[in-house]
Order: sequence, then structure tokens, then C-alpha cells
Amino acid sequence: MKAPNFFQQTRRVFLGRTTQGLGAVALASLAGTPSVQGAPALGVLGTLPLPQKAKRVIWLSMAGGPSHLETFDPKPKLGEMDGQPMPESFTKGQQLAQLQGQKLNCFGPQHAFQKFGKNQTEICSLFPQIGSVMDDICLVRSMTTDAINHDPAHMFMNTGSQIAGRPSMGSWVTYGLGSAAADLPGFVVLTSLGKGGQNQPIAARQWSSGFLPSRYQGVQLRSKGDPVLYLGNPAGVNLEQQGNDVEAINALNRQHAKLVDDPEIATRIAQYEMAFQMQASVPELMNVTGETAATLELYGCQPGDGSFAANCLLARRLAERGVRFIQLYHKDWDHHGGIKEGVALKAQEIDRACMALITDLKQRGMLESTLIVWAGEFGRTPMSQGGSGRDHHNKAMSVWLAGGGVQGGLVYGATDELGYAAVEDVATVHDLHATMLNQLGIQHDAFTVKFQGLDAKLSGVEGGKVLKKVLS
Amino acid sequence: MKNSVLPFLLALAGLAAQASAAVPPLGKVEFNRDIRPILSDNCFHCHGPDQNHRKAKLRLDVREIALEKKAFIPGNTGESELLKRLVSTDNDELMPPPESNKKLTPDQKETLKRWIQQGGEYQAHWSYVSPKKETTAPARQAVDELVQKRLSAIGLKPSPQADRRTLIRRLYWDLLGLPPSPAEVSAFLADTAPQAYAKLVDRILESPHFGERMAQGWMDVVRFADTIGYHSDNPRNVWPYRDWVIKSFNENKRFDRFTLEQVAGDLLPDANQESRVGSAFNRLILSTEEGGAQPKDYELRMLTDRVRAIGAAWLGQTIGCAQCHDHKFDPITARDFYSLGAFFADIKEPILGKREDGMILATPEQERQLAKLDGVLADAKKKYDAILPQLDAAQKNWESDPAALAASLPELAKDSKATAVDKKTAQLASAALKKEEKSRSAKDKKEIQTYFRTLGTDLFVNERDALTRAEKERLEYYQPLTKCLVTVGAEPKRVVKILARGNFLDDTGEVVKAALPKYLPQPKIEGREPTRLDLAQWLVSRENPLTARSVMNRLWKQFFGIGLSKVLDDLGAQGEPPPNSALLDWLACEFMDSGWDVKHMVRTIVSSDTYRQVSTASPELAAADPYNRELARQSSFRVDAELVRDNALSVAGLLVPKIGGPSVKPYQPERYWENLNFPVREYPADKGESQYRRGLYTWWQRSFLHPSMLAFDAPSREESCAERNRSNIPQQALVLLNDPTYVEAARAFAARILSECKGDAAQRISWAFECCLQRKARPEELTTMQALLEKHLAAYRADSNAASLLLQTGQAPTPEVLDKPELAAWVHIARVLLNLHETITRA
Repeated sequence: MKAPNFFQQTRRVFLGRTTQGLGAVALASLAGTPSVQGAPALGVLGTLPLPQKAKRVIWLSMAGGPSHLETFDPKPKLGEMDGQPMPESFTKGQQLAQLQGQKLNCFGPQHAFQKFGKNQTEICSLFPQIGSVMDDICLVRSMTTDAINHDPAHMFMNTGSQIAGRPSMGSWVTYGLGSAAADLPGFVVLTSLGKGGQNQPIAARQWSSGFLPSRYQGVQLRSKGDPVLYLGNPAGVNLEQQGNDVEAINALNRQHAKLVDDPEIATRIAQYEMAFQMQASVPELMNVTGETAATLELYGCQPGDGSFAANCLLARRLAERGVRFIQLYHKDWDHHGGIKEGVALKAQEIDRACMALITDLKQRGMLESTLIVWAGEFGRTPMSQGGSGRDHHNKAMSVWLAGGGVQGGLVYGATDELGYAAVEDVATVHDLHATMLNQLGIQHDAFTVKFQGLDAKLSGVEGGKVLKKVLS
Repeated sequence: MKNSVLPFLLALAGLAAQASAAVPPLGKVEFNRDIRPILSDNCFHCHGPDQNHRKAKLRLDVREIALEKKAFIPGNTGESELLKRLVSTDNDELMPPPESNKKLTPDQKETLKRWIQQGGEYQAHWSYVSPKKETTAPARQAVDELVQKRLSAIGLKPSPQADRRTLIRRLYWDLLGLPPSPAEVSAFLADTAPQAYAKLVDRILESPHFGERMAQGWMDVVRFADTIGYHSDNPRNVWPYRDWVIKSFNENKRFDRFTLEQVAGDLLPDANQESRVGSAFNRLILSTEEGGAQPKDYELRMLTDRVRAIGAAWLGQTIGCAQCHDHKFDPITARDFYSLGAFFADIKEPILGKREDGMILATPEQERQLAKLDGVLADAKKKYDAILPQLDAAQKNWESDPAALAASLPELAKDSKATAVDKKTAQLASAALKKEEKSRSAKDKKEIQTYFRTLGTDLFVNERDALTRAEKERLEYYQPLTKCLVTVGAEPKRVVKILARGNFLDDTGEVVKAALPKYLPQPKIEGREPTRLDLAQWLVSRENPLTARSVMNRLWKQFFGIGLSKVLDDLGAQGEPPPNSALLDWLACEFMDSGWDVKHMVRTIVSSDTYRQVSTASPELAAADPYNRELARQSSFRVDAELVRDNALSVAGLLVPKIGGPSVKPYQPERYWENLNFPVREYPADKGESQYRRGLYTWWQRSFLHPSMLAFDAPSREESCAERNRSNIPQQALVLLNDPTYVEAARAFAARILSECKGDAAQRISWAFECCLQRKARPEELTTMQALLEKHLAAYRADSNAASLLLQTGQAPTPEVLDKPELAAWVHIARVLLNLHETITRA
């Protein structure tokens, strides 16, 4: 059945109001006073101050804290020192998680490294598929973070703060830029489980809009049940009947609006339209049967299997539909023990999928306008934990970027010879956020919202810096 | 930044909000109203209270220093450096510096100029000086008098009074959070006595649902939740505190006592079970059970959590900023911050890991029974202890027996029918027995002893059984008893140090003792360290200029949709000086003068003509005061998440109006908790009456709040929340259309319509409108609804299976006598009504 056709009209109502007073809209949404939050896909920034290299972001969150030493940071010296005490000069007075106060021994890399790409970048041999697209990847080996436990570290990576209640980066970006997706949320989150049994919990606050209006919160797409919560009609109600009800609700709301001049009613009407459209557009998005066999094979997934690979395919479909910020969580990277087998299992789950996402976007001419970020919430210690694992570690981690105007094939920054701390071109989470915003055309230190008296920014009060060297 | 509109928008937003500062004020410039907001936002960051970040040793928040540093010369605009810097063309001279991305508008510059021209006088920050009570007519009319004084000063006129139907609906939303029944509406409409409204207010204030409505806002500021927050986000026992809050509001407990019990309910001279439950407030922090967590890290998190909550719930101060540095805008130092934290250093609690069960809240009968079981247990233990020497001797013999040493204990035999627990015990003992005696650890010895005492001997069966039985009986009785985490003080207190930049690894900071913030008036406490009780008394002392203002400002918001000072959580320099400061001051004084009487204040506000105005605005009024800051009308706004639910259940006749009890679990989409772990969690939706309780009682899982509540902006309560978002998003439509709670409510409402109204379709539709909206259906609404009804009726007559499916949603029974296709069609009428904007709007 065709959707009732007054969406356009209510859009105009909104736009009419905004042209009367942009300031009023900003004020309303910030003050928490009755506001026009059903705005169309325009962000608050309007004309952008910087060239927009990336139109959207796909952020691959490797939850649990991947070891840089078994993924992207080769440390032969650490292998040589395997089993020997960790030199105290590295660790004295440092913040450790579970290893605090314990005897610290070096633990050599558990897998071989191999050279890939035109610059012969060395990465772990478990990731040959990622290696095959190394020329599209900018590897940052000098990332650091402030937090050392999962929950605060995720919060820091997502919001730039360890205190709950701040907006996540996806919310910031959609708040600033809006979204080109007419009938999908602008910020979408997908999660997948690993098979290793270390699936750390992830709180919904990780995609919360914090003090920004709720319409910028991330919407989780689920692989089982309703893909969006409450998306399905009640049993015994078909699409046409649902449409009839939505039409009646909006008709009565319009009649009411004639009696009381309340702009919230126009917004409410638009949101019922949007909700009804989502009831068709989301299932269409989730239905990958139209994808070619070649594409499915590229990703190596079965439609609807809920795997990381399936989510990567959905990420591409979301990107095509104009969704601004797509965040994928893949869990099970918390290798306190059994890291050798654990990382090998993770590699099976993500290696091909990451390559496929980059390749697929590239084939469709979308890689340049899509910034892909691969990052955990922290790295892991070069010291052994229990003889077979590594503890949480915030002084060194590896992340990589692709597309979106970053330099493929580049390695940025370095850790010391044991992989304990970033020492060259040390980068922070604030820097990463600043760089991402920069590529989206946003001047990160001017993108602020007043919160508790402060000009709150994603890139932190102290301010991050754009990692200029990684940009092409 | 030239090209971005955002800073401009924000600057504009900030200004527009302070209507008086938007254009250079006519007449005398007022420092607090006109100047401080400009200086605070643009200058204090580098020239304010934070000494570590201060540039050129200049502070503009203290007049003497500004003058001494020649920042400006009173009366002399030409020679005032401050003004020159604002317009300098040299980027090194220009203020604010270009890299700050801050810029003053021409109007702001003009305002500063006029201020200096007029002498550059300062005022103490408005909220840090005691509120003054303007002399007015009797209290009953004071609100109106002060509102009208302001309105005539700015040339606005009040709006007419709303009709009675609107008024009763408004009062019910604001004071009870539930809709009035049609009978209650008719009674009020029919009551022609001059005191009808006052009588209605009195009756409503006596309803037990008043406490529930008032508790809702308090739960937000104290961040009440059923779970610990971090990582595994496991449950903890705190719901009796929620009931304590409800009861306190219902009994109209004085707000000062309410405060004392929460902060120091354990330290009061008359401390009792009730006051101790109040002290659960101190336990509402976030905590973690994560394996690798650092004690020092979480000790700091817990301290800062508490200080922020005191700042938010009572003071209206963003004290949290001073965790890492002296506050940038308000005179709060890092020392003040940690000294406040030191008040809580006596609280006995695990820093990491699972919280304890908490205090048992037993009835006298339960206490007697528990004491009896404790007695039985003690007795059994005594008898058991008496036989231990003999048991130990027997164990020694047994161990020296070669058969035992072979360690093939009978429970381990292939054909053994021993329980799994016994097998495990035997396995552990067997492993320990296999070791050489001298290489056995204490744990090994314990395993052997446990095996011998429970399985390995026939001696003293009676004594051993008696003990096991007594332990089991006591545990079975104890487990279901109500418990609540409460505050228990203990010595020695934790040592609190000032942490530079909030870094918990930096151990070099100065040790601080509990002390009240130096920038606020304080009592003399000599010869001892002040306690939490001193802190609590100070919060509600007559000299504290903040608490009464902050609480009244939030109360005002409950009744007008926006605070008198718009920024509810910040009455400091970056907040908003209230446009009608005389009114906020009057309310604060009256609150304290009345003996912190909450019901008196509620009655005072809702009895005013100001409260009773219509919420619609003439185009002129809407243009002059778009956000209703001046109170020339009422406001209309979407109701809070909990009330959206309460209203639907109430209209449907499903609501179970029981007060209090453990939190409940309404229907929730499957696997919504799939991202929770340690342990993996199921969500069994409640059955029976627990399914139909008010939203206030919903299980509050901090990391995954119920999605329907979240959609309507209920906060996760990880941090104190004085002001909820009030969004209007598609998820709200999806919830009201498709959440089984609302489908079931529509189904029950439809059954009510058909059972309770015996008329034709039009009469029934009209009856439903009265039920849901307390008004009659208008002709065009009737037409829309009748057409819809016919469509659905035809469809369900053609497909009665679909009708049956729809009627199966939810647990509530459907009356068998009703025709299924007809009922199904009416479900849609009910559903449309429950989805209307007007239904979820308080006007």
C-alpha cells in the first residue's frame, strides 16, 4: 500500500519555520523546551567550513581490546625476550588492570608477521585478506587511550569522555550533518558475537545521544526478531490496516492542530510518517536476497546469519541508502588467556569481511566518500597474563582507517621496541575524533554544544589535533 | 570561525534565552542579568576562578582585581582596555582570542560599553546570596502578584483562565500522573461552589498517587536504578528506597528531614529503620564487578559520583568540573570538590565487586521469626562445636587408615548414586588426599575436612544434621526477606587526596578532610571533623542560598514545563539568571519559611491564576515570548515516559494502582538484553498484576533501560538528570503502535467501550473520546473514526482469524461474550485514540 502523502507537506511546515528563525530551532533543541525535533535530514551545521572528503563513516568496533601484538604491530624484540622479566623501566608506576602488582614477564608475539602491499607493511599473517587491500589502508600504530577497563574505555572511544551521559560520535556526526537517508535512521548500530566466549557486555549508552536531542541516538538493527525494536505490526494487523490507522491518527492530529498552534503536532505527524515508512524500508534493507552470488561470496556470509561479515554487507547497504554513521561491534577480543587460538578465531571471523567491505565499496565507487575505522577500545600488554594471554593496556594500540581521504598504504606512528608504549607520533582518541570530523568537513574545535556551562566537543575540552600526516 | 553557523547559532541561542540580554538593555545595566553571562561565557575560561589556567594574572570575576589590572576604568569607555581588546584588529590583541572560536555580538559589546559608562559595578552572583522575599499580598496571591509585576514591566498581559476540563486534566497530570475518570470530570464540572477548584486540589493532594508523581523527578536527580551500571550491570537491592521517597512525599515529610535522612539517615540521633532506608541515597552510585578493575580507579569514580549527585540534586551546581581543576566559571576549587568527597569516606562498602544484600527490612513478626531461627542455628552450632574435637580425632584415625589414603572414596565409584555436589566434594578431597601430608595447602586440608565431616563418617549424625537443617531453614527464611543497601559508617575512613587532573595514579596530592565549599556561607564547626550529618544540615540550612532555589526551580518546571531559571542543573555563572528572580526568591523563602513544606508549595503554585491560564498563545504573545519565559500563559508539552504508559493502562482499565514493591518487568522485545553478560540474562516478563503497574516501577536496567521508556526520553540514571530531553521521534510512534503493552491496552480499552457503553457506533466513539481525552468528539473526528471502524469491521468480518490473532496480544483475558471481528475493529479505534498527540500531551 502506498504511504499517505503528506510527508512532503509537513516537511514544508518545518522548513517554513526554520527559515523564520534558525536560532530558534537551535535554541529549542538545546534548551529542552518544546521543539521541532522532527526536522528533515539537515544537520545543524548547514554549509560546511571544510571540504567534505568523507560523506559517511563506518566504524568497526572490535570490542574487548584486540592485541596490537597479534594483529598489526610486529615486535620481534619481544619474541626474543619471551619469558624474561619485563624491564622495570617500562612499567614502573604504571596503570595496569589485572596484572597490577604481579610479576611481569615478556610474552612474545604468538603468530608470525608477513609483508603486504606496495610498502611491504608487516601485519600478522592471520590477516592475509586485509593484507591484500593494505594499499587502501592507513595503519596507525601509535594510538593510546585514557581508560583501561572495557566499559569506561568504550565510553571514551565513543564519546571522548569517561563520564556517562555524553553524546556518542555517531550522534555528534548526525547532529552536525544530518543524514541523507530519508526513511532510515541516520545513525545505525549492529552487533555480532564471536565464537570464543569472551563476549563482553556493551551498554546502550555507547550509542546514546547524551545531551543532544534523542533523534540523534543510534538505532540498533538486530539480526533476529524485529530488526528495529517494535518495527513489526501487531499480529492480526496487516500493512494496509496499519496504514489506515496511521492515516487516521494523522488526520485527527491535523484537525487538532487547527485548534492549537503547536509546532510539535506537525513534527508528530511527520514522525508517524517516518515510522510507517521504516516499517517498509528496514525489512527491504535487511533482505539481502537481491545481492549477487559473487557479492555474498566476497563477504563469505550467509544472508541473515548475524555474523560480522553479514553486518559488513548490511553496512554497505546502509551506506548506499545514505545513512551517515554506521557502527559495527564485533565482540570477543578480550584475550586474558588463550590469545593464540583466540586471535586466530577472530581473524577467521573478520579478515575476509573487512577486505570485502573495502573492496565492495571501492567497486561501487563509494570508498573515497566513506571513512572506515577499525579500532578496539584499548590494546594489550606485551607482558604475559597467566602464561597464555595479555591484559588490558592503554599505552599502545593499533587502529586503521580506509577511504574517506586517508592515505592508503601508510603506516603512522610507532611503539617502542617491546610494543609497550606509543613513542612516535603518539595519537589520542581525541585526535582520532578530530581527524574523523575533519574528513567529514567539520572543524572539530568549533563544533560545540553548551553543556553544564562548557562548550562540550567530541574532541575533548583540551582539544585533539587532526592527524594531518594520515590524510592524502 | 567564519564559515560555520553553529557557534553563531549557539551564541544566538544563549542570548535569545536571556531575553533581557538579547539587545542592549534600556536604562540601567545590571551586572548579574546583563554582564556576567557575557563575561562568563567569553572571558572566565582564562580570566576567571581557575588559577591554574588564568592568563596575564587577570581575573574579570573579581572587580578589585579587574580594576587593579586596569582592565577597565569606570566611567571611561575611551581608556578601558577591555573595550579596546574587543575590537582590536591585531589578532594577538583581540579578545576573545580567535582560536577560542568565541566572538561577541555587536549588541554584547554595546552592553559592556554601557556598563562601563555607568560605572562598571559588580553584583555578587545571584544564586550565591540569600534569596530575599519581596513583600507581597498573602501567600496565596504572591505568585500572581510577582508574575504580573514583571508582565506589566515588559508590557505583556496574562492569558485567560483555562476551562475546567483542561484544568482537571492538567492537575491530574501534574500532581498524580494519571487521567481523571469521566465521573471525576463531571463532578468537577458540576461543582459550582466558588471553592470547587481549591477543593479539587486538596483532594488530589491527599491521593497516594501524589507521592508517586513527585517521586519520579526525584528518582531522576538521585539516579535511582535497580542495577549497578558498569560492565555486567548486575542487580542490587534498592527498591525500598524508591518506596521511601513515595511515602515521604505522601506524608509530606519536611524537605529538610527528607534531606537529612538521605545523606545521613544513619547518623541522626533518632536514626531508625525508615531513616536508614533513606540513607540508601548514598548507595545509588555506579559500581563495577569487572575482573580487571582497579580499586583506586573506582574509589575515585565513587567519590566523584557522590559529589556530582549532591551538586545536582540539592545545590544546582556543576561541581563535577572541579574534579580535575578549579572550576572555570564558578568559585568552586578542586579542594572544595575533594573536601566534599571526604564527607563520604566513612561509608562501608566494597570498592569493587558485588554489593552486599543490605539491611533486612523485616516486620516485627519476621524479626521474631528470624531471631528464633538464629537461635536454633546458634544452638546447633554450639552442639556441633562441642563434638568437633572428637570428629577431628576420628578424622586423624581415618586418614591414617591405608584404605582412606588410597583415596578411592565411595562417592567416586562408577556405580555410586551420590549427588553431583557430593561427588564434587569427594573429588576435591580425593585430589588433596593424594598429596603428601606436608605439601597439602590450607585449602587442601579444608577439602579433606569438609569431606570427612559431611560424608566420611557416621559419627554424631544427629548433631551434624541438626546444624545443616538449621542453616538451611535460616537461609530459606532469609532469602525472600526485603533488603536494602543502606549507609553504614565505619572507621577508619578512606584517605582522600586532591588528585591533580583527576588522575588516580598520582598519589602525591594533599590529604583533605571533610569540609564545606568555601565560597558558600557555612556554620562554625570546631574541634572535630564535620560529618555527613553536618553536610546534610548545611544543605538545608537557612543560610544555604542554593538548595531551596534549586528545588523550587525544578518544581516550577513540573508545573510549567520550563524552570524559572532555564538551566535546571546549573544555578552558577553559566546558568541563567532567572528573568523573574523575585519570583524564584519568593518561592525559595516561602519554602523555607513554611518549614520546607512541599505540599504547601505545590498548593501555592497550582492555586495561582498564573497556573490556571490557557496554554495556547495569541500570535502576538507567541512572537513576543516564544518559550513562555514570562508566564503570560501556561505551556503544553508531551508527558514523561512513565505517564505515557500510566495513561494508556489507566484508560484501558488495566492499571493496577498498587503503591510500592519490587520493580516490575513489563513486556520487552526478545533478546533486548543480548548484549549483557556475566552472566547472560533472561528477561522474564511479569505475569499477573505486576504486568500492569505504573511506569515508575519499571525495572531500571541502567545499561539497557526498557526500550519504550527510552523512546520517550526516560534517562538511564547513570548520572543525575534534572531535565529530561523532550523529543519527538519515530520510535515513539513505533512504541505506541506496536509495543504489546499498547496493543493490549487498546484491546482492553476496546472491550471497555463495547461492554460499558451501550449505544451506536457514534455514541461509543464519543464515549471513548471522553474516557481518553476528557472531552467530546468533534463532528469531523466522528466522521474519521466511523469510516475507519467500518473499514476494519469489513476486513475482520472477512478474516476472523486475523481478529483472533489481534485479540491474543497480551495476558489480559478478553470477555468471551464479545463478537471477535467487532472487538478487533474497535481495537483500532482505541489504538488511534491512544496514539493521538493530544492523548500524550499535557496542556
